[in-house]
Amino acid sequence: MSQTQTIDPSDVGKSSAVKSVVNKQETVKMPKGQISTVALEKSYFKGQHKIPVLRGVEVAVNEGEFVSIVGQSGSGKSTLLHLMGLLDTPDVGEIFLDGDRIDDLPEKSRDQLRNHVFGFIFQFYHLLPELSLLENVLAPLMIRHSLWSFWKQRRAMREQACEIIAKVGLGHRMKHKPSELSGGELQRAAIARALITRPTVLLADEPTGNLDSDTGREIMDLLASLNEHDRLTIVMVTHDDSIARQAHRIVRLKEGRIEAVDRAA
Amino acid sequence: MYKLLLCMRYLRTRYIALASIISVTLGVATMIVVNSVMAGFSTEMRERIHGLLADVVIETNSLDGVPDAEKHMALVQQAAGKYIESMTTTVEVYGMLSFQYHGQWITRPVTLIGINPGEKAKVGPLKDFLQSYRPTIVGGIETEPAQRSMDVPPGWTLTKSAQEYRQWWIERQQMMIHGLGGEDDPLPAPLVPGESVTPPFGGEDPGPPNFDEFPNSNASTDEPGAAQQDDSAVAAPTPADSEPSTPLIADESGPTFAPPQFEAPPFEAEGAPAVDELPDSVGWVGLLDGRLYVGMGLISFPYEDDNGKVQTLMMVKPGDDVKLSTVTSGRPPDTTHFNATVVDVFKSGMSEYDSNLVFCNLEYLQKVRGMVDPSTGVRSITSIQIKLKDEADAKVVVERLQAVFPPGRYSVKTWEQKQGPLLAAVDIESAILNVLLFLIIAVAGFGILAIFYMIVVEKTRDIGILKALGAGSGGIMSIFLSYGLALGIVGSGVGVGIGILFVHYINEIEKFITWITGHKVFDERIYYFPEIPTSISATMVIWVAVGAMAIAVLASILPARRAARLRPVEALRFE
Repeated sequence: MSQTQTIDPSDVGKSSAVKSVVNKQETVKMPKGQISTVALEKSYFKGQHKIPVLRGVEVAVNEGEFVSIVGQSGSGKSTLLHLMGLLDTPDVGEIFLDGDRIDDLPEKSRDQLRNHVFGFIFQFYHLLPELSLLENVLAPLMIRHSLWSFWKQRRAMREQACEIIAKVGLGHRMKHKPSELSGGELQRAAIARALITRPTVLLADEPTGNLDSDTGREIMDLLASLNEHDRLTIVMVTHDDSIARQAHRIVRLKEGRIEAVDRAA
Repeated sequence: MYKLLLCMRYLRTRYIALASIISVTLGVATMIVVNSVMAGFSTEMRERIHGLLADVVIETNSLDGVPDAEKHMALVQQAAGKYIESMTTTVEVYGMLSFQYHGQWITRPVTLIGINPGEKAKVGPLKDFLQSYRPTIVGGIETEPAQRSMDVPPGWTLTKSAQEYRQWWIERQQMMIHGLGGEDDPLPAPLVPGESVTPPFGGEDPGPPNFDEFPNSNASTDEPGAAQQDDSAVAAPTPADSEPSTPLIADESGPTFAPPQFEAPPFEAEGAPAVDELPDSVGWVGLLDGRLYVGMGLISFPYEDDNGKVQTLMMVKPGDDVKLSTVTSGRPPDTTHFNATVVDVFKSGMSEYDSNLVFCNLEYLQKVRGMVDPSTGVRSITSIQIKLKDEADAKVVVERLQAVFPPGRYSVKTWEQKQGPLLAAVDIESAILNVLLFLIIAVAGFGILAIFYMIVVEKTRDIGILKALGAGSGGIMSIFLSYGLALGIVGSGVGVGIGILFVHYINEIEKFITWITGHKVFDERIYYFPEIPTSISATMVIWVAVGAMAIAVLASILPARRAARLRPVEALRFE
């Protein structure tokens, strides 16, 4: 897997490019799926006590698939999602993106992957309170580009952002600060922000957890349509079975292990 | 891009951070004010010192001096002529100044300097220090114009008012002596000019005065009444009068006085030791052969009048006669005394000089001290003061002159070297103050550090979001570093503004504080400056501002590192 270290950060966004690097040296133990985990283990320390959260989880998510991860609080579902999205590093185990190991990449490449490949949606929306909706949505692009190149392309990017904001139904709220938006609007804004980078995988951590059921359903419809029309791979963590059932597959976690993998409706 | 945007947004929304840079602002403002005032003092002082000394001074180590001024001047010309604008020879010697005030004799140790005022004025700004060239200023308002115009070269003549004053007191003395209407006059006689007007050298005829011009009050203009009709002139100059409101300069309004020029009559007083033989004529106000500019501090004292205003009381005024004692240049040195007329008062603002120096006419001093070779007429000097075309050449000139004038007999120094310890003391003082004030700004840096830590903790979630969106550690770090820099720029910018405004209005502020507290903050009795002198140097301002910014950035390094090291998942879990 030594090639994975040599990935040019500018190419990591294109999964085909990653693939072409990896294809030269297929390994025996190559899991299938767009994003997959192998024997993931993770534990946290609470004071002196080691608390295992994940104890050998193997999940594979195919391209264009909508997978929900359900489980009770403390079952490790959020941790699994964070590990997949490179927000954290596993103690043991490997994570593959398009057959390419990504969990041991250097910091810079991990930052690049988060920016290019993954889109994140959080339960608490996590918009930056100082920025307007438009600026929040543009933030990933600002991070990706240098000051100069952002300035050069600012019109195109603004257009793109406006388009996406309109798509999530917030066209009339561009200039508002997050504090002036409702929960549903905030989550739509967060989705818009996740989509602006044209990610291949959308990681959603309890996207409806903080919303009433009607708004939650709207958000779920939006995610489902994204999955259906844009062929976006979605991994969603939830504790609500009725929400989880809207996905293609449901992965059930219990005490850090996979309890069952169901086909949803 | 996001760094700049966020940094600006934080700057606009986090007021607590702005509070933390108030200390930076104040520190910067204080540093600018203190440095400007110190620089102002130092420049003013240097100017004054420089004004009295010349760029380069050659001095003999012996008080007896060396003969032949012309030969020395020629040597100097030869050695460093191309750098030299002008030079003058002087004689410096220690002496004692005695004058009578309130019926008692007051004696002061002085440094007596023989000069040729015309030449001396070319070497340094002598005229600026002579009171007759300055307007009378009371409470910041010019009450009287200067008695002499700046175009008139300095000489050993009296101004019109001093002349009238002299005439007045001599007439008065005459009346006292001759008992003409003196019976009911309670005033004791002031200085008796002729009392010991002895020829300086036994028997040697002093000859006619060395000055081709000297003013005399017009004998035809009226007489006794001239002085008496002016009330203040009567009240003020009487030395025995304890009225404290004696004006600085004898009250005489009117345009600049151009002395009538005529050939001086033979000096009768010189050869007339006896008082009784003084000419009786009302118009007789002939000056003595010795003419002096006396330092203000020697013959005056400041006091506070009933209104709390500082007044200067003159004990001797231009037109008065005083006694001087000094030593001759012979072996062993003999004491010698002579009387001389105070022609003008000088005030350089350096109390060290103003309370020590007495300028005398060079030729007369040389004669009195026996520095004129009786057979050849060659005169001795003790120092040569040189003004350079460009001050920056001083070092080169000193080197060249040192080669010509051996250190055993002469010392060649720039004016700065002559006043080295004083100037060095001011420099050290200002350096120490700078270090202390910079420490204050450094303390402010710790305030920034603490508040930044707080902000980083508050922004943990946002940092997590940014990292989840792909921002690198370097990016997060630079957000906080540039935030620190932005705070530093704002803080020191405002500080520079406040500092410069404060310096600009420092005298108004001083007056205001004086008005509030009732205490004089800046006492002109101590400093000799009517106003606080200031001088803002751009380099200093830039250094202070850059230093403050650097401290703000340094203080934000630690919090920025902490922010950069946050792992995104930890940051996001932070609710």
